[in-house]
Amino acid sequence: MNAIAAETAMMNESSVAALVTQISFRDFNFYYGKYHALKNINLDIYRGQVTAFIGPSGCGKSTLLRTMNRMYDLYPDQRASGGLLLEGMDVLDKSVDINRLRARIGMVFQKPTPFPMSIYENIAFGVKLQERLSRAQMDDRVEWALKKAALWDEVSGILNQSGMSLSGGQQQRLCIARGIAVKPEVLLLDEPTSALDPISTMRIEELIAELKEDFTIVIVTHNMQQAARISDYTAYMYLGELVEFGVTDQIFIKPGKKQTEDYITGRFG
Amino acid sequence: MDLVRRRKLVNAFALSMSMLAVAFGLFWLFWILVDVFQLGIGAVRLSLFTQMTPPPGSEGGLLNAIVGSLLQVGLATAIGTPFGVLAGVYLAEYGRYGWLGRSTLFINDILLSAPSIVIGLFVYAVYVERVGHFSALAGVFALALIVVPVVIRTTENMLVLVPDSLREAVYALGTPKWKVITKVTLRASRAGIVTGVLLAVARISGETAPLLFTALSNQFWTLDLDKPMATLPVTIFKFAMSPFADWQRMAWAGVFLITLGVLGLNIAARILFRQKHR
Amino acid sequence: MADSAKRSFAAGDWVFRNLTRLFALLTLLLLAAILVSLLYGALPSLAKFGLAFLWRAEWNPPMEEFGGQVHIYGTLVTSLIALIIAVPVSFGIALFLTELSPPWLRRPLGVAIELLAGIPSIVYGMWGLLVFAPLFGQFIQPLLGATLGQLPLLGRLFQGPPMGIGLLCAGVILSIMIIPFIASVMRDVFEVTPGILKESAYAVGATTWEVVWRIVLPYTRVGVIGGIMLGLGRALGETMAVTFVIGNSDQLSDASLFSPGNSIASALANEFTEAVSPMHTASLIELGLVLFVITFIVLVISKLLLLRLAKGEGQRT
Repeated sequence: MNAIAAETAMMNESSVAALVTQISFRDFNFYYGKYHALKNINLDIYRGQVTAFIGPSGCGKSTLLRTMNRMYDLYPDQRASGGLLLEGMDVLDKSVDINRLRARIGMVFQKPTPFPMSIYENIAFGVKLQERLSRAQMDDRVEWALKKAALWDEVSGILNQSGMSLSGGQQQRLCIARGIAVKPEVLLLDEPTSALDPISTMRIEELIAELKEDFTIVIVTHNMQQAARISDYTAYMYLGELVEFGVTDQIFIKPGKKQTEDYITGRFG
Repeated sequence: MDLVRRRKLVNAFALSMSMLAVAFGLFWLFWILVDVFQLGIGAVRLSLFTQMTPPPGSEGGLLNAIVGSLLQVGLATAIGTPFGVLAGVYLAEYGRYGWLGRSTLFINDILLSAPSIVIGLFVYAVYVERVGHFSALAGVFALALIVVPVVIRTTENMLVLVPDSLREAVYALGTPKWKVITKVTLRASRAGIVTGVLLAVARISGETAPLLFTALSNQFWTLDLDKPMATLPVTIFKFAMSPFADWQRMAWAGVFLITLGVLGLNIAARILFRQKHR
Repeated sequence: MADSAKRSFAAGDWVFRNLTRLFALLTLLLLAAILVSLLYGALPSLAKFGLAFLWRAEWNPPMEEFGGQVHIYGTLVTSLIALIIAVPVSFGIALFLTELSPPWLRRPLGVAIELLAGIPSIVYGMWGLLVFAPLFGQFIQPLLGATLGQLPLLGRLFQGPPMGIGLLCAGVILSIMIIPFIASVMRDVFEVTPGILKESAYAVGATTWEVVWRIVLPYTRVGVIGGIMLGLGRALGETMAVTFVIGNSDQLSDASLFSPGNSIASALANEFTEAVSPMHTASLIELGLVLFVITFIVLVISKLLLLRLAKGEGQRT
């Protein structure tokens, strides 16, 4: 345990020098109709780091995640206000090209969501929306994405099979591959392992550690051990407020607030 | 960038076509409803409910047709409902996995989508032709045969929805199966079944085709089930196809009454179902 | 005491079980009875004309010469026209209801469409005859003749005197009738698509149209095809919406859709009670049999198709 903590601490130190804010929330608020779901959030997501959102159910961690690619736009009674910047661009601005925004920010959901088409087409789907590639280029891209998602070895011979024929863990890695195939800058993971067995979960966690070399990752999880294992930064949320944010080790070893400590040590939540 | 622009254009085009489709669909349907209500209400007067269907060129009403419709629809529902409920109970509770249950379910789907005029033809062949004359009873049979598959379907659907845990809880008390079904599962799905019956009533209230060669029609008042009897739909058919203006006017009144009745039944079914399943 | 109670329980079970089974069995026999009675009634015509009945064009009651070509053609063509119009329109309506509509409009519009699906067909038929057909002949048919009628091959379908009533008019009325039906089935199956699946597609930057066309439609195609087939079944067997406006002509003068024609159901509605000769009656019953078989085939095809698609889907959980 100590060895791991020391290792992550070292990793953090090495990257601290080069910390660049990629997404920033400034006095950010969110509403479901009249319900005030997120209150005055101020938070920076750093490039190339894994940031975890933790907190009890209903604390707003998924809501916060879904604001970054404006998924809430699909639902008319949901709205956001305040500052939300991606590389200096105002994400909430009406003139933002939402399809382009979502291509820059990939997302993976609680449950695997393979599209009703072949494995190959699942990966190519998002790419075709943004780029015009030759058949050979597309083949390369599909292979690249599947390799990145550590799925290539298992599916290289069955690319034409339905994506739904894979196991749950494979489907989730397929969805990750689909997300990274469009080469986004940020990858949002909304409790990606909540529907998976322990072994599949482990594989996804290993994968996240590898993916962070290329992508900024934000993960929502209800599993504190998972947050401790895989994230560099952790945000603890409660009742729509950001209670504490900091380097993961700090949060887990020496939380700054009593409330965070209570949650982490399991006294409530 | 070009690709993105094209995608946006396609999207905008498709979505506007979708709205156009809504406008197109609603345009016709509202036009029809407006005409039915406008021309229908204009033709409604008290004499419709007090006088018999007239010969061309003279005054009259629709009383015999209205009563004939109510009588035949009522009897057909009274016959078809128990038939359909019992068969539906078998399909859901006894025969869910057996050959009889499964093939009956399939056959029922065929009966459900069988053209209603063929049902009329069938009743003509097996009943009217034997007896030698058209009769209200034959009309009742034809309508009942349309009620049966609808009720079977809804009963089966609703019973299957009853959770097995509820059944198990009743069995655990030592209850015999037929009591479990009649006292608990049928009761639990009562609202759904009643909804199905109401929808079946709505459907046969407007049925014309199966009555054409069973109940036929009758210009005069009768309650004798062994004689031809007028119904609203058949009378409307006859009157609307005629060249006489006052017959056509009465046909509009009839269509208005039927539309009102059918819409009312549908709304009632909907309200009932919503209340129970909330 | 306990013993006799047990026995009466068992007796009750036996009675109830067999009572319900009897009615299930009766339902099963009903289909057989319909087929047998129609076959029996059609025997004289079957014996005289054989299979050729299906494509003989002659329908001449005084000469006792009968063939179903005109009626079968009319039935299929009007249904086809109805589908060509109704399917895209219904798809657009379902798309609007599930993806585009503002929430305050969604429910009232959905309910209105469902209620309209319940309106008796005689309403459509009568409105078609007294209101629509005259306007159709006066404005729309001349327009179609001047545009589509000028096309090289297809043009033949849209030529001839604009009389209002005819095959095309019947097809249009049928389509208006089945639009609410198909639209509400499509809306129901579209709503089955898991929200999270749609969100995943939006999350890679797909537009609304791309989500519906490439994700929702493939995901729900089983139900969509089922709904269309049910609509087709309705159109094929529909009597009242057609018989008012098809023109009831037992001869086809040309290929034009403007010409009056006849469908099986409307021939039955108009001629059956007036048929005097046994051969005429038998031929009409044979037409009824053909109609029943056609709708039967449509239903079986749709069931088989759905079964095959369901299998092809793989192990969807």
